[in-house]
Amino acid sequence: MDKRLGVYICHCGGNISDYVDVEKVREAIENDGCVLMSKTTQFACSDSNQKEMVLDIQEQNLSGIVVASCSPKLHLNTFRQVSERADLNKYNYVHANIREQASWAHSDDKKGATEKTILLVKAAIAKARLAESLTPNKIMAINAVAVIGGGVAGLKAAISLSDKNTQVVLIEREPFIGGRVGQWGEMFTTNQTGNELISSLYAQLVTRKNVQIYTNSEVVSYSGSIGDFSLKIETTPRYISQDCDAKELQKAMDVCPVVVPDPFTFGITNRKAIYGFAASQYPKQATIDDAACTHCGACEKVSKNIDLSLQKEMVELHVGSVLMATGFDPYTPENGEFGYAENESVITLPQFKKLIDNSESKLIYKGKEIKNIAYIYCVGSRQGDEGNSYCSRYCCTSTIHSAIIAKKKFKNIHNFHFNRGIRTYGKQEVLYAESLKLGDLYLQATDDSPAEVYSENGRTWVKVNDILTESKEMQVEVDLVVLVTGMVPRSDKKVSTLFKLPKGRDRFLNEIHMKLRPVETAIDGITIAGTCQSPKNVAESVNSSLSAATKAFSYISKGELETEPIVVEIDAVKCTWCNECSTACPFDAITQGLDGDRKIAVVNTTVCKGCGMCTPVCPTDAIDLVTFSSKEIMNMIDALTEQI
Amino acid sequence: MADISKKSAKILVFSTEKISDPAIDMAGLLKLHYPPTVYTITIPCSSGIKPSWIMYAYEKGFDGVFIAADGSDCVFGESCTEKTGALVGKTHILMQEKQIEPARLRMAAMCSVCSESFVKQIKSFNEYLLKSSNTEK
Ligand SMILES: Cc1cc2nc3c(=O)[nH]c(=O)nc-3n(C[C@H](O)[C@H](O)[C@H](O)COP(=O)(O)OP(=O)(O)OC[C@H]3O[C@@H](n4cnc5c(N)ncnc54)[C@H](O)[C@@H]3O)c2cc1C
Repeated sequence: MDKRLGVYICHCGGNISDYVDVEKVREAIENDGCVLMSKTTQFACSDSNQKEMVLDIQEQNLSGIVVASCSPKLHLNTFRQVSERADLNKYNYVHANIREQASWAHSDDKKGATEKTILLVKAAIAKARLAESLTPNKIMAINAVAVIGGGVAGLKAAISLSDKNTQVVLIEREPFIGGRVGQWGEMFTTNQTGNELISSLYAQLVTRKNVQIYTNSEVVSYSGSIGDFSLKIETTPRYISQDCDAKELQKAMDVCPVVVPDPFTFGITNRKAIYGFAASQYPKQATIDDAACTHCGACEKVSKNIDLSLQKEMVELHVGSVLMATGFDPYTPENGEFGYAENESVITLPQFKKLIDNSESKLIYKGKEIKNIAYIYCVGSRQGDEGNSYCSRYCCTSTIHSAIIAKKKFKNIHNFHFNRGIRTYGKQEVLYAESLKLGDLYLQATDDSPAEVYSENGRTWVKVNDILTESKEMQVEVDLVVLVTGMVPRSDKKVSTLFKLPKGRDRFLNEIHMKLRPVETAIDGITIAGTCQSPKNVAESVNSSLSAATKAFSYISKGELETEPIVVEIDAVKCTWCNECSTACPFDAITQGLDGDRKIAVVNTTVCKGCGMCTPVCPTDAIDLVTFSSKEIMNMIDALTEQI
Repeated sequence: MADISKKSAKILVFSTEKISDPAIDMAGLLKLHYPPTVYTITIPCSSGIKPSWIMYAYEKGFDGVFIAADGSDCVFGESCTEKTGALVGKTHILMQEKQIEPARLRMAAMCSVCSESFVKQIKSFNEYLLKSSNTEK
């Protein structure tokens, strides 16, 4: 009996219908043999449309559906569930991707996009016509998640997963967990310090039996897929045992000849290659900076608790899912950008925050007391098409917050904010109001006429055509210029490259769908959280990390995962048992069997992974992959070459 | 074969669910345009393409077939590269038998974020197919 198909063509708001004439597409397919009904819909994924589909399937007794909308990566499960709710086996639904692969890819050619869409929908109909009811396979899912990155996002995700009785492996590349938050003093909106936040998260984590924390560690290789990823983790030794007390450490630091700019203070202070920990840094165990250390042995001579001969260690772990929370880097200005690296009164916002934290009673930088401070906003953000076009979200708030702290902590501070429009959205607006009340001055530049930093006779000036005073040229002599640097993706991309995680136009890691699948990636079983995905403040990072933890848990919580019943089938009549297919199979899923007294190939369907590697090698074309059979593919080719 | 009056050649792309599909989708998301006469059929792994499908595509009027191969990224294992290469070799023999120019079948390894590379490859394949149809006439 021929199929009774329903076809749904989505407008996707205007994402599809702005470039594709969806009604024309519907008309072009409505008379295709087995199409019983066809509809266009504003949003195929909407609740109301889903309900309508269920009714259509039941009332019209449909035996298959085709949905033509966005990428199946987004809504395959949505429409499979619709089918199931209508008691239609979900493998009778076929998807046509007419957004990413038609309307968006050909938004420059509406006629071409419409013609392509017609053929894509026809091809999906051709496939749906042959679709059969199938039963999914089940595979074991390991109840463990690897969280990569121990910043606030990774820590919160680890706690949330541990609460759900999942084994958690937290992998942090640095010797200490905490990420950027551990570097900040007082923060907005709660006024807690970074130390308070990280200390409380670490205290919650460290006592848990189902959490393993690896610091100084990186994932160096992985294999497997959702349900069972195998990760190799390389740990660099700290070279210092826990028995090393503060006195002994100090002695070792005193003799260490290597001095490097301290990344913890963004280089405004230096440290030795051997160093201790700040209040916010955990675990409380000193370490040696492996990249900076020359292994001269001076420290070993003064401390019996140091052993430079220790080697890197490798462990292999199995987890069901991976949660990426590798965070961001602050933007580093180009040399000369607003005087950076050329004028010694110019620093970045992260450096300024450390300067405030490290100074008592007077704000001193490079031996000079600071009174007049200029903040230049949007450095490395909102750069237009040529650079980072996004807004980094955290920085207006953090700058105003830091400026207020400076004013309250030190005497005679005058703040001048050279901005391009202040974005203290939501509750953060109260800060802006407070800063105005405290007398901070705001001067606003346009995008094409930014503020300018210049120096004369060792004095630094900032100049702007202030649009708040009819573009009058204003200039202020200042003691310090703070460049409000935005967020950029981590410069070290090893781990995201290893997992082949897609990146967006802004080079941050990309989710499948910003609104509907905001923490899932194109790689099944891998989620993203926090600022590795886009600029976020702490609250936003934590929101995304809790949602990623829940998603990761949903993959593995049942102990088993449904996998596609896509396996190969042997045509016993055509098969002559030549052994080619079993040799080609990388999983040993094909063995010799009997059909009566004839030798034929037999497939072990629990072992077959559905790759189809065995199919092209069969000399008698006796082997086909379910849902990707020659008949289905050739019918699709027929449809794609129809005249329209 | 492509006729000179066409703006673009008709190309069938065999792409894979986990690796090259995300790249092709991302090309759309980034509005990296390529000719609209490029159609994708999705399969699990590039080493599972039957030469008979490729031959059928030429028979039905496709000017070119492009295999977006999984290469070393294949989720089914490293033998994918060699096996995809083997099926391309086998198809070339069939193409020669039918006097179809081997260059009308192109293969390139395509990772899940290779959107720009996909568009570049497709555009150059399209140009090649249009040009060779031109010289054939
Ligand atoms: C100057 C400044 C001031 C700020 N002030 C505020 C504020 O007042 N209030 C507020 O809400 N937000 C503020 N923020 C934002 C806040 O810092 C971020 O929201 C927060 O740090 C994001 O946390 P995260 O875990 O996503 O990333 P991160 O803090 O960057 O942590 C990521 C972690 O992953 C680790 N990692 C990276 N790569 C790997 C790898 N390959 N393997 C293992 N581990 C890896 C890193 O070492 C790090 O520990 C501020 C930001 C800046 C720059």
